[in-house]
Amino acid sequence: MNHSRYPEWQAEAAEALIAPIVAAEAGPVLLCLQAVQAHFGYVPGDAVGMIAKACNVSRADAHGVFTFYADLRDTPPPAVPVRLCAAEACQAVGGRELKTDWATACGDDAVLAALTGVDEPIFCLGNCALGPAALVDGELMGCADVARLKAAVTQAQATGEAL
Amino acid sequence: MSIWFVPRDAAARSMGADAVALALEGCGETVIRNGSRGMLWMEPLLERAESRHGARVGWANMTAAQIEAGLPDEQSTQYVGVVEEIDYLARQNRWIYERVGVTDPIDPEDYLAHGGLSGLKNALAMSGSDVIQAVTDSGLRGRGGAGFPAGIKWRTVADQSPAPHAGESPSAPAHKYICVNADEGDSGTFADRMLMEGDPFCLLEGMTIAAHAVGADRGLVYLRSEYPDAIATLQAAIWIAREQGWLGEGILGSELNFDVEIRVGAGSYVCGEETAMLESLEGRRGMVRAKPPLPAIKGLFGTPTVINNVLTIASVPSILARGAEAYAALGQERSLGTQVFQLAGNIAHGGIVETAFGITARALVADFGGGTRSGRPIRAVQLGGPLGAYLPYEKLDVAMTYEALAEAGGMIGHGGIVVFDETVNMAEQARFAMDFCVEESCGKCTPCRIGAVRGVETIDKIRAGQDVAGNTALLRDLCDVMTQGSLCAMGGLTPNPVLSAINQFPEDFQSPVIATG
Repeated sequence: MNHSRYPEWQAEAAEALIAPIVAAEAGPVLLCLQAVQAHFGYVPGDAVGMIAKACNVSRADAHGVFTFYADLRDTPPPAVPVRLCAAEACQAVGGRELKTDWATACGDDAVLAALTGVDEPIFCLGNCALGPAALVDGELMGCADVARLKAAVTQAQATGEAL
Repeated sequence: MSIWFVPRDAAARSMGADAVALALEGCGETVIRNGSRGMLWMEPLLERAESRHGARVGWANMTAAQIEAGLPDEQSTQYVGVVEEIDYLARQNRWIYERVGVTDPIDPEDYLAHGGLSGLKNALAMSGSDVIQAVTDSGLRGRGGAGFPAGIKWRTVADQSPAPHAGESPSAPAHKYICVNADEGDSGTFADRMLMEGDPFCLLEGMTIAAHAVGADRGLVYLRSEYPDAIATLQAAIWIAREQGWLGEGILGSELNFDVEIRVGAGSYVCGEETAMLESLEGRRGMVRAKPPLPAIKGLFGTPTVINNVLTIASVPSILARGAEAYAALGQERSLGTQVFQLAGNIAHGGIVETAFGITARALVADFGGGTRSGRPIRAVQLGGPLGAYLPYEKLDVAMTYEALAEAGGMIGHGGIVVFDETVNMAEQARFAMDFCVEESCGKCTPCRIGAVRGVETIDKIRAGQDVAGNTALLRDLCDVMTQGSLCAMGGLTPNPVLSAINQFPEDFQSPVIATG
């Protein structure tokens, strides 16, 4: 099922994305991985092999780059990803408590949990004077709490469906 | 007719600035999206002027609903008066941030109207060597944390010949690079982000001056993926700068050819370490490189490379415009010029304070910051990011300079100050410091990769009350190994927050508590 804004994985489309990067850039492996993820929302295993071949590096090397970076994922993202800052400035204003409260809210609401996915920790969003900070579907939120997060998820979902 | 200013900065947007701007436009008003003034507790800070460059008055914490109910006036409780006369701003000395919050960040005419390009024009009238001398004379040191003198780094790169990429034939095109480290991963820091969102041309101008000084032809900005607004704004600025002839071939009619591209990070803290950043820019795992060779001699793709932090590079235009001597007259000892401090965490008046080095941490936290947001007493302050020491409230009279902080066992880092109130558990913070190192270690050297894991385990034992004295001694020994044996600052400085927590707040390590996380 593909309920996101991203197109289904398609090898030809991926090859067309990768080719110009390999032709133009020195050290293109990470750029190719990022381009595939930006287009499809994730980097399927097939893409790693494809990029390795195109960049003339071993599959292991490309896999090593893929696994090093926290941003890169091998499964499709949730429809409305919610990520809470786990770093010190947000800890100082209740970031840990918000994480717990958000996990409880998702535990109580299977639809919300499926929509927003697992809250993978993110370390610093650069909104350190207005914490706790969160990223809801790529949009920064300051002074986050569960109610505002839920409202933002609803709004992002509505926007996504309207597209 | 009035002109309204609503910041486009991500922090302001995170508090509803877009809705305020839309509401004003819905009322038929003229809206300019400026950068943020850096008084973040006021965001969204709405400003009004009677002409494009006229004096502005402001209203703090505006909402779209308030706008829809009627345009605000001077009787509003949110009215803050003439913005530039607000104490928080009036007491600053803004060099790097002189245009941030004032201008429309991606309006080239606004940039020129507020002194933009005067530094570059002065630089282009000088030899590269003289530009480097001016930077050296200004006393400018690296703002990323290490504090290395910028002029010496630039001189080293200038003395090298351009080189082809490693592995290419000797006849391949030769390059030197200007790489800006915009991987601002330290919690409590956001000055790079706000500069890139609030005055991106300033960064591009600084890079161009550096390129002229050292003879570089290519520039890259390594910008973290957690900053989507900064990426978008800087990218827009690059396109506009090319159209204006501020980047590209024959810049401003000179013989200088230089262009800039953005490379987006992928969620790795250690890539803020300069050699890990080079690896990442070359498309590999962000593993730290052993030095030497210095990046200034063999850097990106084996070519001579200037690597500077955003704030270092963004300091250069104003130094060239206003003079190295005026810059060096600020600050004290070998900490000259201004630093952009960032007040963060549990603080009433969080934001940007650019002022000369030498102000005390207490003045920043209490006078500017107004104490905690929670209203409870301050217990601890972390200076210099996740690798910086925790200081208790009693020790905040330390002067914010590279030297004084080093003496006090701290570091200025990237200028971030994170405030915690009395509810903080310092053993929990020490555990987090180790856990962060577990998450973010590149894995190349053993003290960092394994030491951090053992550190978390040992702190958990201490917190559970198991042989507290023995495990504390073990933890100190482990910290010593990490400090002495790690390849870079990630493992080498992680003991800073851990040891400072133990030394300054021993009571938090005495009573057994249930471990979390």
